[in-house]
Amino acid sequence: MSETRELDFAEAIREAIRQEMLRDNTVLVLGEDVGKFGGIFGCTKGLQAEFGEERVRDTPISESAIVGAAIGAAVTGMHPIAELEFMDFIGCPMDQVFNQMAKIRYMFGGSMKVPVVLRTPCGSRYPVACGAAHHSQSLEAWFMHVPGLKVVTPSMPYDAKGLLINAIRGEDPVLFVEHKILYYAKRMASLRGPYPTLIQKVPEEPYVIPFGKADIKRPGEDVTVVATMMMVHKSLRVAEELSKKGISMEVIDPRTLVPLDKQTIVDSVRKTGKVMVVSEDVKTGGVAAEIAAVIMEEAFDYLDAPVRRVSALDVPIPYAPVLESTVVPQERHITEAVLEAVGQ
Amino acid sequence: MYRNMLRIRHFEERLAEESAQGNIPGLLHLYVGEEAVAVGTCSTLRKDDYITSTHRGHGHCIAKGGDLRKMMAELFAKETGYCKGRGGSMHIAAPDIGIVGCSAIAGAGIPIAAGVGLSIKLRKTDQVCVSFFGDGASNTGAFHEGMNLAALWELPVVYVLENNLYAISTPTLKSTRLKNISDRAAAYDMRGVVADGMDVLSVYESVSDAVSKARRGEGPTLVECKTYRFRGHHEGDPKRGETYRSKQEMEEWEKRDPIPKLASKMIKDRKATQDELDLINREVTNEIEDAVAFAKQSPSPKPEDATSYLFVS
Repeated sequence: MSETRELDFAEAIREAIRQEMLRDNTVLVLGEDVGKFGGIFGCTKGLQAEFGEERVRDTPISESAIVGAAIGAAVTGMHPIAELEFMDFIGCPMDQVFNQMAKIRYMFGGSMKVPVVLRTPCGSRYPVACGAAHHSQSLEAWFMHVPGLKVVTPSMPYDAKGLLINAIRGEDPVLFVEHKILYYAKRMASLRGPYPTLIQKVPEEPYVIPFGKADIKRPGEDVTVVATMMMVHKSLRVAEELSKKGISMEVIDPRTLVPLDKQTIVDSVRKTGKVMVVSEDVKTGGVAAEIAAVIMEEAFDYLDAPVRRVSALDVPIPYAPVLESTVVPQERHITEAVLEAVGQ
Repeated sequence: MYRNMLRIRHFEERLAEESAQGNIPGLLHLYVGEEAVAVGTCSTLRKDDYITSTHRGHGHCIAKGGDLRKMMAELFAKETGYCKGRGGSMHIAAPDIGIVGCSAIAGAGIPIAAGVGLSIKLRKTDQVCVSFFGDGASNTGAFHEGMNLAALWELPVVYVLENNLYAISTPTLKSTRLKNISDRAAAYDMRGVVADGMDVLSVYESVSDAVSKARRGEGPTLVECKTYRFRGHHEGDPKRGETYRSKQEMEEWEKRDPIPKLASKMIKDRKATQDELDLINREVTNEIEDAVAFAKQSPSPKPEDATSYLFVS
C-alpha cells in the first residue's frame, strides 16, 4: 500500500536520494558534511548510517575536487549526487561545472554520458537568518547560459521528490537548485502560516516528474505570474490576498529552467494578456529576462501590457534585514507589479 | 614501444606539414620529443584502464591504442573522427579504450581522474586511471584538490606529470621554487618519483611500479617525467619557442631524442636489427598515409546537426 505523508522539502529530497540509493548501487553521495552530520541543511541525514562511508562520502573543502570527482565517477558508470553547501561556493569549481560537466558529452561527439546531479541551495534566508553576500545568492541564470546543463528549480516537496528522482535516473548533468527557506518549514511554524505549500502530501513510493513540464500552481484569468522556487510561495500568498479584491492570478512554476516549458507560459499569456516573471536572482541578465524574452518572441501578439519583471535589485545581498528585504522580492513587490499590470 | 613512439612522431610531423598547408582548421599542440612519456606509461596499462589527457594529447591517445584514422579525421574536423568533428585536437575521447577525455583547461583532468579512481574503487575492479598533465597544471588549485582527494581516499590513480620545462613560455623555475615538482607528493602523503622522460624504459619502470601499487589498492603515485618539447607550444609559436628558450638548450635536448635512443639500445642488445627497425618505419609511414587519406576523404559534419549530442535525452 502506498502511503502519503506530509513532508517538507528537505525530507522529500532525502527520501528521493535514499530510495534511489536502494534501487541502484551506482548512486553515491559526496560533499562537505554530508556524512554523519547529514548535510548542512539535513538533506542527507541518516544516509551514511544506512549506506556506509563508501557511498556517502564527506569531502574536504575542495569544490573542484567534489565536482571533478563526480564527473570522473559518472563517466565510468556511477551516478553521483554531489552537494555544494551553498550555491555561492559554485565559483570555486566553476571550471568543472561549465567547461567539463556541461561540455563533455557534446565536445566528445556524444561518446560519453555525464550523469552527475549537482545539488546546491540558493536564495535569501530572510526572515529566518541573514546570510549576506556569500550565503544568499540565486545564481541559476548563469547556468541557463551554459548549453549542456539541465537546470532544475523545484518549489515544493512533491515536485522536489519527483524531479530529483528523474535527475538521478537520467543520464545528463543536472544542476539541482534548492531554495534554502524551503528547508525550514517543519522547524519553523511561523513559515507555515503564510506559506502552507511548504509542506505537502508526498507519496511514499518513488515517482518521476519529467523535466520541461511547468505546473500551474493556481489557475487564474486576469494576469499570469511565472515564478520560481520561493517566489512561487510568495506569489501564491499574493494571489490569495488579491483574490479578495477580485483579481484572479494564474501562478505558473516552470519547475525546470532548462529545459523550459515555453508552451504552458505562452498558453497562459494567450488567456490573460498580462504577464510578469518573479525570480529571486538579480534583474539584469536574469531568469526573468530570459523568460520575458521568450514571451516577447512567442506570445507578443497576445500581450495587452508590457512584460514585467520582479527580481532582486542589482546589488550583492546585504546583511541588514531591512536592506535584504528591500533587495530580494517580497510579497509587496509582487503585489505592486500585479496591481500595475491590471491597472489598479 | 618503438613502433608506438614512431607512430606519434610521424603523426605529429605529418600534422605539422598539413597544418602549414592550411589543411587543419584548428590549433595544434604537438607532442614531438615527449613520446617516451606517453608510450612508457601506456605500455604499463591494460585496454580497460583509463587515462585523462590534455591539450597536448595526441601522443597519449595513440599510446593508449587510439585508432589513427579516427584521430586524424577528428583533426581534419570530419564526421568520422573520434568526436565527429565536435572536439578537435584538444578534445579527443574514446571511452571504449579508456580514454575518458582530453581537456584544454590546465589541471582539469586531475580531479576527474580521482573520480575515475573512486568509481573503480566502488565497482571493486582492479583497473587504474592515469592522469597526464604538465608542469603548468601543477600550479592550479585543481592539482592540489585532486591530489589531496586521491591520496586521502587511496584511489587507484597514477598522476603522470610531464615536466617539459615551460608553461607556454614561462620556465618552471619562474612558477615554483621546486626543482622536482614530485616533491609536492609528500604534502599529500603520496609517493612521488622522478623519471627520465627522454627514456622510455625509465618511464616504463617508474610508472609500472606505480600502476602495480595502484592495482593492489596501495593508492596513488605522482610520477614526474623530465622531458622536452621539440616544437613550439603550438604550431605558430615563433621559431619553435626560441623567443623564450635558447637554441643551444633545444639542441642539447634534441640529442636526447627518445626514439634513436631506444633504437640504438635495441640494436646493441640484439633485440632488433636495423632492417627490422626500417621495416617498422615503413609500416608506420604507410599507416599515417592511410590515416591522412581516410581523413581527407571523409565527410564533414552537417550544419543541420550542429545541436546534436548535447544531451542523452
